[in-house]
Amino acid sequence: MSRTLQAPVTVAFDYTRSVGPVLGRFFTGLQERRIVGARLSDGRVVAPPPEFDPVTHAPTTDFVDLGDTGTVTSWTWVSEPVAGQPFDRPFAFALVTPEGATEPMLHALDVASPEEVATGLRVRARWAEEPKGGITDLVCWEPAASGPDAPRSGAADRAVGGTEDAGVTGIVTPVSLDYTYAASPEESSFFRALAEGRIIGQRCPACGKVYVPPRPACPVDGVPTEEEVELSDTGTVTTFCVVNVPFLGQRITPPYVSAYVLLDGADIAIQHLILDIPAEEVRMGLRVRAVWKPRAEWGTTIENISHFAPTGEPDADYETYQHHL
Amino acid sequence: MRDVAVVGFAQRQMQDYDGSPQCAELLVPVFAECYEQTGWTKKDVGFWCSGSSDYLAGRAFSFVSAIDSIGVLPPVNESHVEMDAAWALYEAWLKIQTGEVDTAVVFGFGKSSAGVLRRTLALQLDPYTMTPLWPDTVSLAALQARLGIDRGLWDEAAMAEVANRSLTDAEKNEYAVRAGGSSVADLLARPVFADPLRKHDCAPVTDGAAALVLAAGDRAREVRERPAWITGIATFADGLHLGTRDLTRSVSAARSAAAVGGLDGVEVAELHAPFSHQELVLRSELGLADDVRVNPSGGPLTGNPMFTGGAIRIGEAARRVWDGTADRVAAHATSGPALQQNLVCVMEGREKGQS
Repeated sequence: MSRTLQAPVTVAFDYTRSVGPVLGRFFTGLQERRIVGARLSDGRVVAPPPEFDPVTHAPTTDFVDLGDTGTVTSWTWVSEPVAGQPFDRPFAFALVTPEGATEPMLHALDVASPEEVATGLRVRARWAEEPKGGITDLVCWEPAASGPDAPRSGAADRAVGGTEDAGVTGIVTPVSLDYTYAASPEESSFFRALAEGRIIGQRCPACGKVYVPPRPACPVDGVPTEEEVELSDTGTVTTFCVVNVPFLGQRITPPYVSAYVLLDGADIAIQHLILDIPAEEVRMGLRVRAVWKPRAEWGTTIENISHFAPTGEPDADYETYQHHL
Repeated sequence: MRDVAVVGFAQRQMQDYDGSPQCAELLVPVFAECYEQTGWTKKDVGFWCSGSSDYLAGRAFSFVSAIDSIGVLPPVNESHVEMDAAWALYEAWLKIQTGEVDTAVVFGFGKSSAGVLRRTLALQLDPYTMTPLWPDTVSLAALQARLGIDRGLWDEAAMAEVANRSLTDAEKNEYAVRAGGSSVADLLARPVFADPLRKHDCAPVTDGAAALVLAAGDRAREVRERPAWITGIATFADGLHLGTRDLTRSVSAARSAAAVGGLDGVEVAELHAPFSHQELVLRSELGLADDVRVNPSGGPLTGNPMFTGGAIRIGEAARRVWDGTADRVAAHATSGPALQQNLVCVMEGREKGQS
């Protein structure tokens, strides 16, 4: 058995970015099936155009329309593509120098096998049927000699009418990363105990403080907290907030109370819900007990505890939790 | 300038770390080793600086969780870079130069195996024109390798020679995750993975952590007979756009070497070349003489924990000074695609001003 509990996690976010005048011109060009490059101070012609000259650092101003054919300057074979790449089957990434440019640009090259590509190969652009305003409006390069003739240019039927502001001003780049996320060995013990209806913490050998969930090291002393301590499922509300604002993924209808509960025997509070009491009656010092879900629903998760509810005991004195706020 | 030396180094490298991505439990024994080497406690450390990335961990503020391993109450003087810990060392060196502190511990950590590393690294590229294509880091290195091959600057045999020497040297490195030399012919007979790269041309996906200890003047002399005095450290970066760079070169590496006064007289160089051909690029850009011993540790082709691989080069080079096998060593760290960002650190057994 692995010493850690692991679970798949996907972290995803759509980055919305304004593109500015230089890249805006480049992306607008791609939308119109043109590759826009820039002439740099040293005479090189490159695409995509850099926003600032790499030598003089002056803003790029000298733009050049390049051809939509080019020459393979370098290539590699992607034998095991990863998610999000231009193809989900093996393909080539290539540095292609477009007609009229002096330097190459990176994109995919669609060939069936590495035998069909070589440095010096003549290629042409394959354009998206429905451009969206981004680098993928150029779908990929393909060998110039093969395939049916795609429309060579959409510039005529996509006239921008001389209005600069009709061009691309922003792009959205979805980023999604998949992980196998592991809890630390100490957190893993905590979750495994929860699956048995127990709450465990660990005591620091130096300062004697009990951490729940246990951590890899005492944040005060920097030493492993090895001694396991079984904790009560009763505790004291040290601080709380009333959630009134709805948000995406919310499971309980507001208003409800999210609180820090200092379990008896612990030195650090855990965050959980306080229910079975009107929100306006929740207070610092309120004594609460864990309300466990039916045993059949337990897993290695803090959600085994549905919420905390008042025990009915008198409130705890402030002195008993003042050092745990 | 204050004389500052590397006086401690501890590391862990592994293929699949069965632990959390914030690596706090991995750092605890690493720091313990540093304390053992120096005789210090936490109170002796004036400044802490780490290198790591949340993109690798897959969670927010992973570096904040990691500093539990230091013990940070009362708060310590601490900083972080989203770069290899070699750059954290640069920051710590500067901090010591300001006179604010005399000592520092620099550390890096990362669990590369938590995600798909070569894909995650697409997020360090130009987010407008490159990231949407998800160019993986191995493909970009392969494009660079072929450019050099086509221009006759190196060939697959020269690349295999680098890999074979690294794998052979790694047999003596207990931390290497890949080891075992064979022959150039044997390596060339293996299948290509990202034409023209074979798997042995690429650094293995490695999890790990490392820490380095820095000290100024007498604090350094108290710790070691022969501290590895930093006599030059510099870092430069090339532009973000692949199209504006000559990928067969690494101009920023050459500038870094020039900024430390060149690498003449260096006996050992630990080069952070995650791909075999990049070592060939670096040898030439850094101006290393033919008799310089390169990567006696086995180098990054045999173990390259992200955010630590560069710092490990500095530690490995410093060890050669401590044990007296070399008087003048160089360490190099890289970051970004195809040797875009580079750092050079020269260390010597003698302090500046001594002859």
